[in-house]
Amino acid sequence: MRSLKPLFVLLAALCFIPAPAGAQDRAIPPRLIADLSQSRIDIVYTFAGAELLVFGAVQYADGRLPEESPDVVIVVRGPPQSITVRRKSRVLGLWLNTDSVRFETAPSFFRAASSRPILDMVDERTAAIFELSPEFLQLSPTGADPDKVATFEEGFLRSRIEAALYGSSPDGVDLVENVLYQARIDIPSAVPVGTYTVEIHLIQDGEVAASTTRTIDVEKSGFERDVYVAAQRESLAYGIASVALALILGWTASAVIRR
Amino acid sequence: MLVVKPFRMDIYLPIAELSVNAAVIVALGFAVGMMSGLFGVGGGFLTTPLLMFYGIPPAVAVASSATQVTGSSVSGAMAHFRRGGVDVKMGAVLVAGGVVGAGIGSVIFRALQNIGQIDVTITLIYVFFLTLVGVSMLVETTRTLRRQATGQKAKKSKRRGSILSALPGRMRFRAAGLYISPLAPFIIGLLVGVLTFVMGIGGGLIMVPVLIYMLGMSVTAVVGTSLFQIVFTTAAITLLHAVQSKTVDIVLAALLLVGGVIGAQVGARVAMNLPAEKLRMALAILVLVVAIRLLIGLTWQPENLYSVDVVGM
Repeated sequence: MRSLKPLFVLLAALCFIPAPAGAQDRAIPPRLIADLSQSRIDIVYTFAGAELLVFGAVQYADGRLPEESPDVVIVVRGPPQSITVRRKSRVLGLWLNTDSVRFETAPSFFRAASSRPILDMVDERTAAIFELSPEFLQLSPTGADPDKVATFEEGFLRSRIEAALYGSSPDGVDLVENVLYQARIDIPSAVPVGTYTVEIHLIQDGEVAASTTRTIDVEKSGFERDVYVAAQRESLAYGIASVALALILGWTASAVIRR
Repeated sequence: MLVVKPFRMDIYLPIAELSVNAAVIVALGFAVGMMSGLFGVGGGFLTTPLLMFYGIPPAVAVASSATQVTGSSVSGAMAHFRRGGVDVKMGAVLVAGGVVGAGIGSVIFRALQNIGQIDVTITLIYVFFLTLVGVSMLVETTRTLRRQATGQKAKKSKRRGSILSALPGRMRFRAAGLYISPLAPFIIGLLVGVLTFVMGIGGGLIMVPVLIYMLGMSVTAVVGTSLFQIVFTTAAITLLHAVQSKTVDIVLAALLLVGGVIGAQVGARVAMNLPAEKLRMALAILVLVVAIRLLIGLTWQPENLYSVDVVGM
């Protein structure tokens, strides 16, 4: 990874530029400046996951640093999906899916990083409003009673965390001099494609004082994209090509080895 | 036998949408190909569960292993064809049945997927058929081996069961040595086609005993005809998966094939120097081990009782 030091110096300098006139008022909230190490993630045939660097600075009104250190929470989320969560139970000695709950909107990917554990900085209500960590996601279940939904949500989160698609790291954000922040978010290889959002929240005195959002496109490219597009659009030709490949490989191997 | 070196060559699969270690997939293809060369079966019954175990989504595993079976069966089918061991007419009827069966299988597959019982159904079907095939093969080979040991001659078994010969409209299948209604092989092809689609296997394991014991087909033409049928039916199934569910991963299939076709040749070489009956017995035991493992898997309490199906974006 290229060195980010010059960038940080620049950002730090920027923070001490006095804010525009009229900013003397103490009620004026700080501003969040954010950038990402890349604006898109290309999935090529060697793709085995990626690391996204989220970094930036807090610009305080008047350039005055706060007495108490603030906190930063960074949330990366993938495109929403509707899902069915199924639960297995024992029937005649076998474990079968016997019950299910449908959730209308669940992010396909959700990783949160913060400078401290979430509940050390905000109350549960705020955590739920801003969805600061997987356990505070609002999944919009359909039907079913709340108790049942709660246990299914728990099981769902566990599955997604095991699949490395969801996660949270309570010390994943580095805060330097209360001004500069950075976090590295792991993107595993099995991520869904689409437009991801990166939300950055500045938290002061138990409240979200400032927020900003960036987007990043995760797309297949090159060969991977060509194959995927062919399978979707020219599915018959794609199927014929697959069969032809199988026949040719099978036949060649036998012809070569027989010699 | 299967030595996986700590060698990594990560390749992203465009349809399965995840990154795999190409070396592992090629080795898996090789191991399964070797089995298929040794025992003269497609080996799909091993590929599909192994791929799922590796983390490939079941729908992609089933579709792509059908593609692999096409490739690993073609050389065998051609070898038998050259020796005149394929009853083309019989094969064509089986294929016709198989394609219809695959269509029916796809409807059943989707219905089970919607009610969330696809995984357990696939496993139970596997357990049932593998046990059936394994036990009958084991019984038969033990009997033959015992006969060989005591020097007895095999009794000519009375062939051709009741209902199948009662079907209307007879047809002559020369290489198969049969004069029966084409409806019989058509129905057999159809049933095997359903299973092929749902299980992602070639179906040779089931087809061969059925052709021998139910139809009384001549043993010299059975394996060739079964391979012939497998090539065409799995090709049709690959097309069906490609068009309908779009779950054929050509990269995954290619990796499996590279290992598979080489393994099949190696296996066939090795098999030439081994007694056929002992091989069949080893296969029977392998099949039973897989069946028992799958059944036990269903009775263990899963670590996480919850699973997630994506319904839509």
